[in-house]
Amino acid sequence: MCLAIPMQVVELKGGGDALLDPQVALVESDGVRKEIRLEMADRIPAVGEYVIIHAGFAIRTLTVEDAEYNLSLMRRMAEVLESEGRLPGAVP
Amino acid sequence: MKTESIISLDHGSGGLASQKLIGGLFLKYLTCPQLRDLEDCAMLGEYAGRIAFSTDSYVVDPLFFPGGDIGSLAVHGTINDLAMRGARPLALSLALIIEEGFSFASLERIIASVAKASEAAGVAIVTGDTKVVPKGKADGLFVNTTGIGLASHRHDISVKKAQPGDAVILSGTLADHGITIMSCQAGIDLGGDIESDTQPLHQLVGALLEEDAGLVHVLRDPTRGGLATTLCEIAQSSGVDIVIEEDRLPIRPSVSTACEMIGLDPLYLANEGKCIIICDQDGAEDILQLVRRMPEGRDAALIGWVHEGQDGRVSLTTRIGGSRLLEPLTGQPLPRIC
Amino acid sequence: MKCADEFRSREITAPLVQEIAHSLRRPVRIMEVCGTHTMSIFRHGIRSLLPEGITLLSGPGCPVCVTPASHIDAFLAAADLPQVTIATFGDLIRVPGAERSLAGARASGARVEIVYSPMDALTLAQQEPERTVLFPAIGFETTAPTIAATILAAERLELTNFLIIAAGKTMPQALEALMADPELQVDGLLCPGHVSAIIGSEAYRPLADRYHLACAVAGFEPADILSGLLSLIRQINEGRPGVDNCYTRVVTAEGNIRAQHLISEVFSPADSEWRGLGTIPGSGLVLREQYRRFDGMEQLAIPVQPARELKGCRCGEILKGRLLPPDCPLYGTACTPLQPIGPCMVSNEGTCAAYFRYSGRKTSTARQEPKPLSVSQRDPS
Repeated sequence: MCLAIPMQVVELKGGGDALLDPQVALVESDGVRKEIRLEMADRIPAVGEYVIIHAGFAIRTLTVEDAEYNLSLMRRMAEVLESEGRLPGAVP
Repeated sequence: MKTESIISLDHGSGGLASQKLIGGLFLKYLTCPQLRDLEDCAMLGEYAGRIAFSTDSYVVDPLFFPGGDIGSLAVHGTINDLAMRGARPLALSLALIIEEGFSFASLERIIASVAKASEAAGVAIVTGDTKVVPKGKADGLFVNTTGIGLASHRHDISVKKAQPGDAVILSGTLADHGITIMSCQAGIDLGGDIESDTQPLHQLVGALLEEDAGLVHVLRDPTRGGLATTLCEIAQSSGVDIVIEEDRLPIRPSVSTACEMIGLDPLYLANEGKCIIICDQDGAEDILQLVRRMPEGRDAALIGWVHEGQDGRVSLTTRIGGSRLLEPLTGQPLPRIC
Repeated sequence: MKCADEFRSREITAPLVQEIAHSLRRPVRIMEVCGTHTMSIFRHGIRSLLPEGITLLSGPGCPVCVTPASHIDAFLAAADLPQVTIATFGDLIRVPGAERSLAGARASGARVEIVYSPMDALTLAQQEPERTVLFPAIGFETTAPTIAATILAAERLELTNFLIIAAGKTMPQALEALMADPELQVDGLLCPGHVSAIIGSEAYRPLADRYHLACAVAGFEPADILSGLLSLIRQINEGRPGVDNCYTRVVTAEGNIRAQHLISEVFSPADSEWRGLGTIPGSGLVLREQYRRFDGMEQLAIPVQPARELKGCRCGEILKGRLLPPDCPLYGTACTPLQPIGPCMVSNEGTCAAYFRYSGRKTSTARQEPKPLSVSQRDPS
């Protein structure tokens, strides 16, 4: 479990009626588009934000900042090399 | 003439209804004189060189998809099989098995597509056959095309001929056809960018062999099973190892995204208008440029090399520098959620 | 997402690989319990980049693979009913029950459709009111809310021809059962990224505390997996195992409350059989009373299949890393990737399937055992 990929929300549709016209997000990535259900999203995304999609549902809404923060944490994990003054090949 | 809306068993019986179908539909679009003669077989004339012969049947579902249909696929597929041994396609046959009740309009659309593909490729349908089977005995329509070609060069281009040191070139982007078919079934909107890559490759191959025939060792189109399976076949047959690099694989971003969405690996999806060219490393750069100059090969890329080895191992150097063994596909590629 | 490419770029992964090699002080055994982690590790060739001394064990993290044969047989019993269309995730198609798979049923004339979302199954039911559409509801906590939302939609739409067979499982109880086994020697747990998005990273706190188990919640891009592994090695080195959320862009401490409510609205916990592992208490999901009308077992009167012991199958020990695949008497004979018996072979990247394909060893090395019975000969008791 659980194949899921991030895609950008380009439009929010529906929402007029929970039954006949539930709110859905239209997501897009590299020209591929899909309608995604929002019943289990932690919060309703705004257009321009990203959602992680699993089985046709958004399971999480995130911003580019959320992603970049995660990335910066990873960079910092690996940068210990420099901060400890270690150079490649040096004896620990 | 009364317009039919569906195909009935009568259309396959050889009687009046059959003749109306042939005359009113097939010959309306397929204009080769030999076909019009309606003889029991076509006589092709005398040729010097080695005769190449190939057959393929087409059962694709859906019948119509972005970029093509079962008709154009059937024409291109058999032309390409001939081209992969360096043969110039001379003529094609077309055989149909139609399920009773099949839409006449769909059949007409497919025959028109066959005619268009055949004309554009310059390879005529010279003989054909039609059968109609009772409802339930065929899935709509099955098509077979068989092709005859001529190899006038002396070089033996074969799956057994890859040599250590050879370069591996892929003539264009990966997985376009396979993902188009799977996306149709998944209900994913392709946004107009993804479509089947079905196209004939005989002109590309012809140009290649005119320039550099001696340098080309293997030609193979990675259809069912995809690039990975086809490379495994080559490696096994030639008794070599092959290493390709993920960074070098040409793939459209939209195709890559669609694969990720449905959980499919592009290395195992079908390509219907691409070929693998394995050639001497000395000529590789020139061959790559030649292929890129042709419209069929504009996205060609050098994707890897052939190495010494006996086990027929194919491996992929991943984007992050890791190594992954590629095995042949067993069974159909299936989408996954887990 | 533009920066998504960075999570798989060498610029980020190479320093992580280097730091892992540098930080490793002693051999460590790390278990991952997510089929998508297993798949991603293979796909990116991560094992080939790790130093000797890291043993990566593939635990029971593929929900399809741990779906017991008895459940598969229930799906097949439904497929055999002429008015039923099975609408299922593609993952299930080739998984065998005692004898057949859904692929086999389809070949014999059953209607079996592949869907990409349980909502697609519901749509199919709306489009074909004369058919009964049954969705085999497998999956872990990432998938369970999608099925719950679909059931709620089916209820609002007053559909009478949409059913599920509840076969979902939950992770924490299974992890508890695994870690409680004194023979399982595992130093760290790579926690499933998207299950954690739902249940929250704090769900692993009891495991970390009770078993001194280093835990790292990781996503699925190469950089995610590598940073999760690095975190585990550091925790092990420092002797302070805890729960490190390395997937902050998707996972929070408390998880997705809305999704959790969806699960508990529609499902309740029950004991559940895991293929190759036996019954784990409270690890399955069943439909609550008020949604029983969507229960395919009841509505189609499908007899509950008895739990079958897969004679000779050693998946339980292989999943715990105590045995290697060739140690199992069924390996390569009765159990192969094309005709799998236990979950380790069912999954394309399961321990046994991977071993079979990559190690070159295709036969069992177990001591002289009586020739394993073929599947159909197996004693059903």
